[in-house]
Amino acid sequence: MSTSSLDLARPRARIRLPRPRLPRAGARLLSPLVLLAVWQLAGSTGILPDRLLAAPDTIAATAVELIRDGTLPEAIGVSLRRALVGFALGAAVGVGLALVAGLSRFGENALDPPMQMLRALPLFGLIPLFILWFGIGETPKVAIVAFGVAFPLYLNTFAGIRGVDGKLAEVGQVLRLGRAALVRHIVLPGALPQTLVGLRQSLGIAWLALIVAEQINASSGLGFMINDAREFLRTDIVVLGLLVYALLGLVTDALVRSAERRALAWRRGFLAR
Amino acid sequence: MATRLSGPVTRVEGLTRRFGDRTVLDGVDLEIRRGEFVALLGRSGSGKSTLLRALAGLDSGTGGRLAVEGTVAVAFQEPRLVPWKRVAANVALGLDVPDPAAAARAALAEVGLADHGRAWPLTLSGGEAQRASLARALVRRPDLLLLDEPFSALDALTRITIHRLVLELWARHRPGILLVTHDVDEALLLADRVLVLADGRITHDSRVDVARPRHRDHPELLALRAALLTALGVTPEETP
Repeated sequence: MSTSSLDLARPRARIRLPRPRLPRAGARLLSPLVLLAVWQLAGSTGILPDRLLAAPDTIAATAVELIRDGTLPEAIGVSLRRALVGFALGAAVGVGLALVAGLSRFGENALDPPMQMLRALPLFGLIPLFILWFGIGETPKVAIVAFGVAFPLYLNTFAGIRGVDGKLAEVGQVLRLGRAALVRHIVLPGALPQTLVGLRQSLGIAWLALIVAEQINASSGLGFMINDAREFLRTDIVVLGLLVYALLGLVTDALVRSAERRALAWRRGFLAR
Repeated sequence: MATRLSGPVTRVEGLTRRFGDRTVLDGVDLEIRRGEFVALLGRSGSGKSTLLRALAGLDSGTGGRLAVEGTVAVAFQEPRLVPWKRVAANVALGLDVPDPAAAARAALAEVGLADHGRAWPLTLSGGEAQRASLARALVRRPDLLLLDEPFSALDALTRITIHRLVLELWARHRPGILLVTHDVDEALLLADRVLVLADGRITHDSRVDVARPRHRDHPELLALRAALLTALGVTPEETP
């Protein structure tokens, strides 16, 4: 029988990644806890005055208070909205342009040179211009985020499309896929891993751009909360705001990574075996 | 389908192909009849894959005449499964029948991969992937099946079982087959007709009228082997 004898000769190359020996979780937690304790001690004894850096317990109490009176949730809501709207706009533009440039020579010639030129502009150097164009309301903040998000997604998606294996494109041709089916089944899924790299890069930039944009003329949001606190030497609120920024960044990155795991299951299956 | 004419499934006349100032195909004439199993031998760089690509419609830069009757399917040297589609979806890709999923299941069962439809291609062994590639080609009910050295990367044991599988599938579906290979023994074991491509032309064309299953030390095959090796530019004494 042909099928049974095949099993004899199954050269299954399993890729086994060497698993780094992680120190136990407890050991890794130790030094942050010591740092925290030293910080707390310095604060409680007055060695580290509040106006330089508030003690952890003060920050925790402030967090509870600001959550209870609604200041923090509202600020987070405003900032999150800016980030999301800016991200959605930038992603739509970046991916959209990458599709046009990636799928046609004409599109590449028309779009890629200006995109490469604009990419060289320093994002935060654009802020004065954006304020002149869009005023000091929500629009310039959203625009800065969108601008920062668009380029990593454009570059990665474009490179992903152009990097799709030509041999697979030939398979599509041999299987008589039309152009639309070729794009749908071969080109776009082939570009996806690279697009997801761009997505993670652009999310990092989105938060960074938002933080910078919110330092300028904001009257609401996390940036405003931090700036306002600075005026009153409230380092507890400043640190709290920074922690929230960090947390938001971590959460969005975790979301993308979980989406990545699902979308690239065909790869994970290979590595995890 | 009604009775099929046994006329040629493909006819190539004076096919030429140049890459720069290098002429790879220099007036190739070739006819493959329906249901005929043809092996095309050649040294590496002789243009045998170029000829196959032209027949597959993957090369628009050829000169001369080339006609194919009916559908063509290809199995490449590397299985070229689309890695982000499960095996069954690979087989069904671009399939224009009322129930592609059922057709894919049936084709996978035929090549002994009934249980692997949900697997990701990268988890298959080399032999399994090549079977899936054969299923993807055969599910299209091709009139002409092009095999571009699909066995060359397989280990010896797997190769034997896939040889048998290909003969079984060929006997059942009777497509015309063009098998491109550099393995003289493989060609002699499988094909009705063996061609040699050298200097851009078919320089040797012989029938293999030995009943299958064939044994490689059949006297007629041994004689043919010597003739083929000579045609390929290897003097028989050189071979072990």
